[in-house]
Amino acid sequence: MKEKLEQLKAEALRQIESSDALEKLNEVRISFLGKKGELTSVLKGMKDVAPEDRPKVGQLVNETREQIEKVLEDAIAKMEKIAREAQMKAEVIDVTLPAKKSEAGHRHPNTIAMEEVERIFVGMGYEVVEGPEIETDYYNFAALNIPADHPAKDEQDTFYISGDFLLRTQTSGAQVHEMEKGKLPIRMLAPGRVFRSDEVDATHSPSFHQIEGLVIDKNITFADLKGTLAEFAKELFGEDTKVKFRPHHFNFTEPSAEMDVSCFKCGGSGCRFCKGSGWIEILGCGMVHPNVLRMSKIDPEEYSGFAFGMGLERIALLKYEIDDMRLLYENDIRFLKQF
Amino acid sequence: MNTSLSWIKAYVPELSCSDREYADAMTLSGTKVETYERLDKNLENIVIGQIEKIEKHPDADKLIVCQVNTGKETIQIVTGAPNVKEGDKVPVVLDGGKVAGGHDGGPLPENGIAIKAGKLRGVPSNGMMCSIEELGSSRELYPEAPEEGIYIFPEDAVVGADAVEALGLRDTVFEYEITSNRVDCYSVLGIAREAAATFGKPFVAPKVEVKANSEKVEDYISVEVEDKELCPRYCARVCTNIKIAPSPKWMQRRLASAGIRPINNLVDITNYVMEEYGQPMHAFDLDTVAGHKIIVRRAKDGEVFQTLDGQMRNLDSDMLMICDAEKEIGIAGIMGGENSKITDDVKTVLFEAATFNGANIRKSAKRLGLRTDASGIFEKGLDPRNAQAAIDRACQLIQELGCGEVVEGTVDVCVPLEELRKVTFDDKRINALLGTDISVKEMEEIFARLELRLETESDGMKTLIIPSFRQDIEGIADIAEEVARFYGYDKIPMTLPGSGSTTGKLPFSLRIEQKARDIAEYCGFSQGMCYSFESPKVFDKLLIGEDDILRKAITIANPLGEDFSIMRTISLNGMLTSLSTNYNRRNKDVRLYELGNIYLPKELPLTELPDERMQFTLGMYGEGDFFVMKGVVEEFFDGIGMKKKPSYDPNAGKSFLHPGRQANICYEGKVVGYLGEVHPEVCDHYALKTKAYIAVLDMPEVIPFATFDRKYVSLAKYPAVSRDISMVVPKNIMVGEIETMIVQRGGKILEDCRLFDIYEGSQIKEGYKSVAYSITFRAKDRTLEDSDVNSVMKKILNGLESMGIELRS
Repeated sequence: MKEKLEQLKAEALRQIESSDALEKLNEVRISFLGKKGELTSVLKGMKDVAPEDRPKVGQLVNETREQIEKVLEDAIAKMEKIAREAQMKAEVIDVTLPAKKSEAGHRHPNTIAMEEVERIFVGMGYEVVEGPEIETDYYNFAALNIPADHPAKDEQDTFYISGDFLLRTQTSGAQVHEMEKGKLPIRMLAPGRVFRSDEVDATHSPSFHQIEGLVIDKNITFADLKGTLAEFAKELFGEDTKVKFRPHHFNFTEPSAEMDVSCFKCGGSGCRFCKGSGWIEILGCGMVHPNVLRMSKIDPEEYSGFAFGMGLERIALLKYEIDDMRLLYENDIRFLKQF
Repeated sequence: MNTSLSWIKAYVPELSCSDREYADAMTLSGTKVETYERLDKNLENIVIGQIEKIEKHPDADKLIVCQVNTGKETIQIVTGAPNVKEGDKVPVVLDGGKVAGGHDGGPLPENGIAIKAGKLRGVPSNGMMCSIEELGSSRELYPEAPEEGIYIFPEDAVVGADAVEALGLRDTVFEYEITSNRVDCYSVLGIAREAAATFGKPFVAPKVEVKANSEKVEDYISVEVEDKELCPRYCARVCTNIKIAPSPKWMQRRLASAGIRPINNLVDITNYVMEEYGQPMHAFDLDTVAGHKIIVRRAKDGEVFQTLDGQMRNLDSDMLMICDAEKEIGIAGIMGGENSKITDDVKTVLFEAATFNGANIRKSAKRLGLRTDASGIFEKGLDPRNAQAAIDRACQLIQELGCGEVVEGTVDVCVPLEELRKVTFDDKRINALLGTDISVKEMEEIFARLELRLETESDGMKTLIIPSFRQDIEGIADIAEEVARFYGYDKIPMTLPGSGSTTGKLPFSLRIEQKARDIAEYCGFSQGMCYSFESPKVFDKLLIGEDDILRKAITIANPLGEDFSIMRTISLNGMLTSLSTNYNRRNKDVRLYELGNIYLPKELPLTELPDERMQFTLGMYGEGDFFVMKGVVEEFFDGIGMKKKPSYDPNAGKSFLHPGRQANICYEGKVVGYLGEVHPEVCDHYALKTKAYIAVLDMPEVIPFATFDRKYVSLAKYPAVSRDISMVVPKNIMVGEIETMIVQRGGKILEDCRLFDIYEGSQIKEGYKSVAYSITFRAKDRTLEDSDVNSVMKKILNGLESMGIELRS
């Protein structure tokens, strides 16, 4: 019996050894270990074994089975490994073949700039609001301390419709709408389309976008204005950006200023981009004029505030180094895809 | 405003700084320097030389050989200039020197032209004599220079001296940007006052003293102002025995630095005073003034008047005229008349220094199409107090220049002058507004520099008396700005606003627009931007009917031409124009979207603000079709929480879309937009030689359905059962109708019905199409039994039958 088992085992191992495919190993398993396999038939012969020897023989059979199984499993694992390696070798691809992209669309550079500005100010607690693009004289001019005969109202700059109606020339009207709501304090940002009667060329467009900001509260100071806009400039143009405030004049603010930022191209040493000055003009700002507060029923003795306004296209042109404003309204896909 | 630094220094004698320092400091105190340019740029090694001897060039007819004394030595110079003679004093560039330009007066080279000793036709030449053009200037500004040839100095010029200095070119011209509120700074004195305050140096105004003769002005002229509102002040003085001659060099140089061409002493004086005082002056030949009387009145409608430039001008009754006893002699503040202009024969001059209503001057100048230097200043609204000072200054110059005699007195017709404005001084409020801690002493020091007088009232209140030339200062905020300007904007600290808290947020509608952008881009569409105004012709291009309400557009009264004259009532023109631009630039597979308003008037002409409606417009050509576009719409709806199935009504009635390939997009029964293939005729109008598809969503209709709320629906635990059905459908039945029926009859257990095949062709009978659906059923709470599904399927099949649809076996 023992010899027979040894013999069987040797035969199984030989066959495993000589198998060169998974299927053959499977055949070995079936012929030796299967229900009708050799080992099973040995077990069937147990009835001829003396009862006292049966446990010993049983153990011997099991040992033999385990040994064959072990060798078989190892052989299968080895064989699978070889097969997988061969498969991977056959599946080598040229990784430099072109990518398959799902072509996503692109945002307009104006919008990218606008969302940047919105993100910064919303983070500082500003609420974004919208005003109408067709406005009345009152909201566009009178309530902003721009008297009836001010040159800015001249037909040269403003598109008129009829009567009191016009295309807004600035987003500043949104200030007035916001103040009239009578809810204080105010921190608002009003982006939007504005219109000026300028012929289309590389630096002008009769329709463009502005972003207006307004803060009204008790104890708001010019220092707050400076601090806020300096933070904004750093966020938008980079941590190293310096700001410079120059006195200027706007009817609806007093004191008024223009803010320059250090040239983000040359860092302030002077280049063609900043016309050698090291500075780039970015926005106009100032403390809200007491007349403007009064007209919107806010007491300038109790409240103060600051306002600022910037041209979105200007920011976009500067930030993305676009040299012709007309590109922004042509919608050539080759242009838009760059953003 | 352009002015030389030397002119400024005439009133701020202690001013001493580099050009750059000056520009920076002035800019930071509010008088912005746009640019500045040295007049002696590229002028090197140029002295005054005297020609001692002239000989013919041995080998060239057109050249001469000059021996020129340059002070230290006599050098030989060969020149082709036709105008020099022995004894002339001329500018000479020595060997190794530089001039600014060529003698043709063309554009100046950036680095000038270097001059070296050399030979001309074999004869050594050790320098060059210069024309005014080579010195970087022109005859316009140096009228005494010859038309062609070398500039010749007057006889008293010093040989060997710096020629550049002698020509007044050791100077820098600054160009300022003056803000509209600072009328006073449209003058040299105004800027000088700012410069003095900026640098803390004394401001020395010109001393105006007029030594008049014993005659009385009233004997020469009377003035009557009919419209005092348009002319608050009119000053007139008379000068006699006028002798017209060139003005002195110093005056010519100063005018030249301001870009004004010197003419003669009289004209130059009026221009000089305008620059110096910011008060335009006019000079009439008194002998042409009928009745020696000036009447200031409005013109009559329809009158025609010849201005001194020879042009005929149409007048109207809103224009103010200067008249004599018989006729108009000038358009007030804009231009004098041909009939009273100064000629070289003038004997007696009437000077006018007046103030006019600025807005009126601006409007008149605009209507006349005649904007002059004078009107440009008058329209800003001048200080009436300045008029007297300016006219006296002009008379003083007449005398000093030996141009004539001044008659005693001024005829001054003036409304009562407003008292000088007073503003309460409150240092605490100023510091509170600025966020600073500036001492009262420092503020007072700034006020002194600005000529703001601080007075203490009887009640102890402190008041600032505002000088009349500072019309911009009205209240404490203006005072705060003055303090800030001279304390230094840069020294004000930077803080962040404290106190009241606010929440940063974006309104819902803008969040939806953001989502629209995200989804459009995800679907391959790039964002375009289009104008809000367009041509009324777009309605024809879009085949929009004559009576269509869309044609009721808001018209701009003063458009930039017809192409920009109406506010759009439909967003398609912009989209199709953009697609066309891309198509004609051979860009393939273009997908664009736009978010922009249309403007629908409630009534025309407008009586209230129009309805501004945000349109989400998508357009594409190239790859993709109607159903791709439809997919984008549904992707968007899904993205903004519109989870129900939109329906599509083919009867959209859009003239600009293919009649068989268009639909209104409906959500919960409401039309929220439309989509379709662009009508081929419309494509032709836009030069689009391809199929194009568009979708327009009317955001005010969409937004009420949008939400960012999401509710989780538990994931299916039980298996689904699916059934495929294939049917033959009459062509006129749309699959949408079949789906609606399936959804209605499918009930709760219906999970999905998906079209997987549609076919028309030879194997299907005429007038029918083959349609196949895969319908999926699933219950939330159990495994479906065949019987559950069968009973629902039966309902569906009955429904199909009632629609005239046959099942395919």
